[in-house]
Amino acid sequence: MTLSILHRITGCAMSAGLLLFVYWLLALAGGADSYARAERLFAHPLIKLVLAGLSFCFFYHLMNGVRHLVWDTGHGLERKSARRSGWVAFLAAVICTGFFWFLVLRRFAEVGA
Amino acid sequence: MSLRSPLGRVLGLGAAKEGVGHWWAQRVSAVALVLLTLWFLAALLRLPQWSYDAFGGWIARPINAGLLALLALALTYHSKLGVQVVLEDYVSHKSAKVVCLIVNQFLHVALATIAVFAVLRIALGG
Repeated sequence: MTLSILHRITGCAMSAGLLLFVYWLLALAGGADSYARAERLFAHPLIKLVLAGLSFCFFYHLMNGVRHLVWDTGHGLERKSARRSGWVAFLAAVICTGFFWFLVLRRFAEVGA
Repeated sequence: MSLRSPLGRVLGLGAAKEGVGHWWAQRVSAVALVLLTLWFLAALLRLPQWSYDAFGGWIARPINAGLLALLALALTYHSKLGVQVVLEDYVSHKSAKVVCLIVNQFLHVALATIAVFAVLRIALGG
């Protein structure tokens, strides 16, 4: 199934995304000025796009990861149910990503974060 | 027909005596990350705003600092294990593979250490 390689791709993307997470922590640790610099970087449209992509990677990897954990128990391995759960994981990831950004924007739109 | 004893096979240790260790570590860190990442996202959404003061005040609370450090450790550990498998599968040249695996290990240990020190610095008010 083509979706299975997505698990590795999204995982690798998030491994690269770890750099942004650690940079965010470092910026916070560096004081108000260093955080202001990071805030300007995170406000860049390209970085926002990357963050949106990473959020989808996260939700897909999460859903598909749970699917793998269920497989490890020996359940859901038949072709039909595996195919169905694959699509459920993908759709759930799309919905969760959309819902997450809906919550973020509704909460923080006026703050400009 | 295998000459290995049934017990030897079922223990699954092999010559390196660590057999399924990587497999288990990946699963256990995955379960930890389900909990920690969802906690982190929920906490982000509950903050009054996303600003230096808001994040700093949030991390200043010991429970948040502790869980955030754990999140950083679990993320880097799970990431290291995952990238390792990808490198083992796709880098076919033997010495290049060893170099890649060592670089992978170094980078992830460095990221984990830096992240934890950053969290401590924020929490303890450097």
